[in-house]
Amino acid sequence: MTPKTLSANDFPTAETMPGKVTGLRGKSLDTLTLDSALSGELEMEDLRITPDALLRQAEIARSVGRSALAMNFERAAEMTRLPQEEVMKIYELLRPGRARALAELEEAAERLRHDFEAPRLASFVLQAAELYARRGMYRTRY
Amino acid sequence: MTESANYDANRWKRFDEWDERSLRLDQFAIEDPENGFSAFSGKKDPKPALKISEGKVISMDGVAAEDFDLIDAFIATYHIEADIAEEAMAIPSSDLARMLVDMNVPRSELTRLARGLTPAKLAETVAQLNAMEIAFAYSKMRARKTPGNQAHVTNAKDDPLQLAADAAIAVALGFDEIETTMRVARNSWSNALACCVGSAVGRAGTLFQCSSEEAEELEIGMAGFTSYAETVSVYGTESAFIDGDDTPWSKAWLAAAYASRGIKMRCTSGAAAELLMGFHEAKSLLYLESRCLCLQRGMGSQGTQNGGIDGAPLAASIPGGVREIMAENLLAVWLDLECASGNDARHSESEMRVAAKVLPFLIGGSDLICSGFGSILKYDNSFNPSSFNGEELEEFLVLQRDFEADGGLTSVEDATALDLRRRAIDALAYVLKDLDLAEITETMKRSVAVASGSNETQTFSARQVALMSEAIQERNITVLDVIRSLHGGGFVQEAQNLLFLVKLRVSGDYLQTSAVVRDGRVLSAINDPNDYTGPGTGYRLSEARRRELAAIRDVLNRDEVLRSEAVNQSIEARAINYRTMGEATPGTDKGEVVVGLSPGFGNKIFRTLAGHRLSDVLRALQDGIRQGGGIMRVVRLNHTADTSFLGLSAARLSGSGVGIGLQSKGTAVIHQKDRLPHMNLELFSNAPITTLEHYEAMGLNATAYAAGDLPEPVVVQTRGEALGARFHARVALIYAIETAMTTDNAAPEELALEFQEQTQ
Repeated sequence: MTPKTLSANDFPTAETMPGKVTGLRGKSLDTLTLDSALSGELEMEDLRITPDALLRQAEIARSVGRSALAMNFERAAEMTRLPQEEVMKIYELLRPGRARALAELEEAAERLRHDFEAPRLASFVLQAAELYARRGMYRTRY
Repeated sequence: MTESANYDANRWKRFDEWDERSLRLDQFAIEDPENGFSAFSGKKDPKPALKISEGKVISMDGVAAEDFDLIDAFIATYHIEADIAEEAMAIPSSDLARMLVDMNVPRSELTRLARGLTPAKLAETVAQLNAMEIAFAYSKMRARKTPGNQAHVTNAKDDPLQLAADAAIAVALGFDEIETTMRVARNSWSNALACCVGSAVGRAGTLFQCSSEEAEELEIGMAGFTSYAETVSVYGTESAFIDGDDTPWSKAWLAAAYASRGIKMRCTSGAAAELLMGFHEAKSLLYLESRCLCLQRGMGSQGTQNGGIDGAPLAASIPGGVREIMAENLLAVWLDLECASGNDARHSESEMRVAAKVLPFLIGGSDLICSGFGSILKYDNSFNPSSFNGEELEEFLVLQRDFEADGGLTSVEDATALDLRRRAIDALAYVLKDLDLAEITETMKRSVAVASGSNETQTFSARQVALMSEAIQERNITVLDVIRSLHGGGFVQEAQNLLFLVKLRVSGDYLQTSAVVRDGRVLSAINDPNDYTGPGTGYRLSEARRRELAAIRDVLNRDEVLRSEAVNQSIEARAINYRTMGEATPGTDKGEVVVGLSPGFGNKIFRTLAGHRLSDVLRALQDGIRQGGGIMRVVRLNHTADTSFLGLSAARLSGSGVGIGLQSKGTAVIHQKDRLPHMNLELFSNAPITTLEHYEAMGLNATAYAAGDLPEPVVVQTRGEALGARFHARVALIYAIETAMTTDNAAPEELALEFQEQTQ
């Protein structure tokens, strides 16, 4: 049995499916308490969004005609697997003139695909790489 | 004064006066489409067109796919939905324009069509609407039903104590979001921590952002201090975009980055940014903005901060610029984006232009009416002065009350405000000490609590703030450290509130379009969609909310008027005694002037609207009458409280045939017995500006009329005061008290005045 696709009625998920909503280390919402914060048991990692939560939001967004927003959530779901430095490194590389050659972006795409199971992000970067070439973006900005 | 010099002037003096008005500080620019100065019709604006082959866009708005710049390419790939485009582009833009203002065409149908429309087509459509139609369409098309508002919380010293206090005030005022930024870039961490603590005072759920450099802003978010971001700026020309050091792909990457960390995000764009940056391509403000907005939708941003923004002053210098700002906001909501609708960077020095600009958004509602309402004083706003600031905040509250329009704000009482400020300051002071970041003295706390702005505070030095900020960053202090510290200091509710906020990111519910938190629940375009389809639908004030909007401070009522008169009563009791001498009868003395008092004069009401004691007014009249060689006789009339009839009745009792009618609020008339009620001799209707000298002159003139002379009338000079605004509520209340005291056919009473002492 395939699980049903979420829709507007499933929003907000913190109220409709509190059991399924967990932090990145698997703790459910009702265990993210002040007591656990005081005891030190609760860490910032527990307060991070999961890929599943983002994919749920993507389904809900798509159900109300917001497929562009859904695609952003899907890219974000993959991006949860990237450490912060990697997120910022690729962001930097996508900025004008940072990559000096198409190969640099291709390399990043390759890393996304293989190291982080992020195929959507990989294609997104590749698409930029090709357009940057056409628009002469691989130029030195002093 | 040499009058002839003035007569030789070669200019009408009114222009000199106009020159002095604040409006004339605003600069206005001529329309010049070739050089980018056009709101709606740029020299090079393309005609709408779209060609699609096998699901791919092969040309858009006159540009072939192989010639696409990065913006065209991104829009063609991520905004245009090929399966809708053919149907949508086939509809004439005039029909689309009519659909936007047709309440019978549902919002969802229009947002569906927008997904297949090119930037030029979208722009061509909204350009056909006049300002009123745009305002109406905006109100129908905005995404979330319940309107909201956003505050700026900053100060010129980057003082954390003041930030915390002001954040708590912004929360109490009802702002859904608060935004800070710094004077000095390295203070971002202390600003963030301070506002974060302040925003947790009073209630949970106010979203908070710290506008900073892209990478740092994300890091601050990761540390849990902030819950949203809106600094992801986009531009309508490729050159401007690159000049801003980004591309559509790098910005879209950031959009996903924020979502991947559970942080709400919206983009920013606004008219005239490209013009300011020198890369306008001879295109109109609206067309470039249409590109920006299609791009934002394509990126998967849930919303936009849009509507001039930093370019608003430049946009407003161009003919139709303000209509254009409204039009771009309409495009944003038509594209189904949350809209923080500008009304921030102040576009004019004229308060009238400012109020006129915000009104459509106040009465029509907006996700966030101002994308930065200055909750602090103008000089403390580190973004720049907003349309509305701490100075004008009460004007906004009154506009809400006037129009019964929900601008998202609620009044805060004096005492509550100070309590909240102290609580926020105490909480932050405890956290800073506990985390070994700073020591705070009692003087600092007390000075910040009562200060209106940073000019009045004794607080940290700039160096201390910088060190504190660096320490927060270097020691990797997170919101969890702050929560633990708050709890340790006994600020348990604040700790709970902060945890609530940071937990929002786990479900990601507030990443959906137009999400805010109300009463502990995420409210967005999904569970609170704008369902406007005509009168009685869409957002309506609840009775409770209507009462909140009405509850501004210092509102007059009948009891209040009577209470203040009771105080005056005891003062007057020492000054005058009115002795009743029985029924008044017509006099025969040709030298007498009868003064007819209203029913409440000196027994319910004791001062005029100008604040004169009634005993002094009577004394002044008596002095004047004596100077003219006359005698004052005083009667109280009980059948009327109307000035004209008081005067006429007094005249009919007067041996000279001349009488003065005098209401307790100070309005007076000189009358003559044979005249029609409203054809008096002299009327003194502006009681609030009538002086004792005027009353004295009035007495003198009455004796002249009694002698059959025609004196120079007494003129009460006005300086154009809006006396109705200042006094009419009180006038109506006093007058009602007096009319209630009248009795039909009641006979006039003769009064003997006994002045008890000399009053000044």
